[in-house]
Amino acid sequence: MINFLILPIIVPLLTGILLLFLARHITAQRWVSALSSLVTVIISVLLVQKVHLDGVQTLNLGSWEAPFGITLVSDMLSALLVLTTSIVAFACIIHSFSSIGKDREKFYYYALVQFLIVGVNGAFTTGDIFNLFVFFEVMLMSSYVLLVLGGTKIQLRETIKYILVNVISSALFVVAVGYLYSVIGSLNMAHISSRISEAGQTGIITTIAIMFLIVFGLKGAIFPLFFWLPGSYYAPPAPVMALFGALLTKVGVYSIMRTYSLFFHQDQGFTHQVLSVLALLTIVFGVIGAIAYSDIKKIVIYNIIAAVGVILFGFAVMSPDSLSGSIYYIVHDMIIKAALFLLIGIIIKITGTSDLNQFSGLIKRYPGLAWTFFLAAVSLAGIPPLSGFFGKLLIIQGGFSEGFYWGAVIVLLSSLLILFSIMKIFINGFWGTPRSYQGEDKVPVKTLLIAPIILVILSVLMGVGSETIYPYISQATDTLLNPDIYIDAVIKEW
Amino acid sequence: MEILMAIVIGVLFMSATYLMLSKSLLRIIVGTGLLSHGAHLLLLTMGGLKKGAAPLLGEQASSYADPIPQALILTAIVISFGVTAFFLVLAYRTYQELGTDNTERLRGTEGND
Repeated sequence: MINFLILPIIVPLLTGILLLFLARHITAQRWVSALSSLVTVIISVLLVQKVHLDGVQTLNLGSWEAPFGITLVSDMLSALLVLTTSIVAFACIIHSFSSIGKDREKFYYYALVQFLIVGVNGAFTTGDIFNLFVFFEVMLMSSYVLLVLGGTKIQLRETIKYILVNVISSALFVVAVGYLYSVIGSLNMAHISSRISEAGQTGIITTIAIMFLIVFGLKGAIFPLFFWLPGSYYAPPAPVMALFGALLTKVGVYSIMRTYSLFFHQDQGFTHQVLSVLALLTIVFGVIGAIAYSDIKKIVIYNIIAAVGVILFGFAVMSPDSLSGSIYYIVHDMIIKAALFLLIGIIIKITGTSDLNQFSGLIKRYPGLAWTFFLAAVSLAGIPPLSGFFGKLLIIQGGFSEGFYWGAVIVLLSSLLILFSIMKIFINGFWGTPRSYQGEDKVPVKTLLIAPIILVILSVLMGVGSETIYPYISQATDTLLNPDIYIDAVIKEW
Repeated sequence: MEILMAIVIGVLFMSATYLMLSKSLLRIIVGTGLLSHGAHLLLLTMGGLKKGAAPLLGEQASSYADPIPQALILTAIVISFGVTAFFLVLAYRTYQELGTDNTERLRGTEGND
């Protein structure tokens, strides 16, 4: 079936439209959105398998030949990210049933989540640079509304900042696409890539490359452009925070990986050096933020920034090892960040505060929560049997073998400080003398724990079964290292 | 012609940047309006401003203006229209709830930072 790769976009879209009509029927909304996101997960698993067996999948929408119409392309990298997105979305949706509250559910919460998934899956799958912009906007507009839904003061305030930053970066995206179109004369990514390799990477192309880095860096929160993220992600409720933390920045990171491996790979001396320096600074600043705060939300938020830096450093090194490491790490990081945000959401529900100094001894009454959090924490830091280890190992290996000694050392040291920052939550919050909190008996901890436990189990399986996953990862690496695979799959007869 | 357009677009970007760095929320929104005008004009200019008929096949002309940038701009216009409408309503709600449009005063004290 050739339309297979559009299903992860179409299914959430139709579900979102259906959910608009069910606004007042909360039970129906829950069933529909849970079932459809489960269907999306199953479809994405089949898609990954199909890409694994048959190579890169392409679909020319409306049967227009490749550079003239919009082409959807699913290589292994985008198929894996679509699968991870669907899993994270499923977990966040079933978590929302018992945590988001009826007020938000009545006002199109589930429909907005589905539209967000449309945007994210579309951005991962598209093969057209302007279509990427449109899917970015689909994703961003749903995220604006999800961020402000509920209308508390902090949400209103932070949404204003978030919208302003994203309006500016979208305008810059349009400008960058305009420049690229005037130089290259095409919008299809594979076609742009082959035209750049025919003409060679001139100075103007390098300038456009840096513009794309600024645009996607604003979305993906790299070093000088991450200033908006700590405040904005602080505002929304836990499931929304989990969706944002797991998905939104990773779309920016994916776009950097895609454009820099497909378009701007000729003259790597300058661009990839800039990228690796910025990635290392991102790690440093993320880690400083993570150890500075004693607020559990802030700690995990700064860990997002550090992880973006690690992924981009692995990508900037551009050796087969480090690229595999980056791809493994991005999938791991999406799963584990979603799990961590859901877990700290539960902690905040129990204790009523996110200040680490105001609660302690949670392990006495909530051992399940404590040990799930412990597993998620050590997996985040990259302790060997768990999923964070393998990606970082490959990134560091690649860094050492390509001569990026400082970078590899910084990645290693950052793991230590990340472990410290997250263990600070575990030691101060879960150990110590138990206290009692107002209204904690009403919190349905057992139901709330289901989604994070699913995610943590997946993360453990990903770590233990890394041998099984490795062929998929290395297939994704091949496309990044060798853009001709991508170009040949899209543009057939030339 | 392109040079003239480039200068005008530069002035638009300059004004937009200046307005977005100001304190009042409404000035910031006016700035985003100018910014998207600049971006759309730039898209049109970058597609080329050579002479040709409007892209309608009924014109029977020998050459036409490039239709792709026009389609891209149309898409970008409706998107920025949607975002601007949302932004304006958000600014209105913020003024109602927080009682100020001064961005200096839209600061957080939540959390122990």
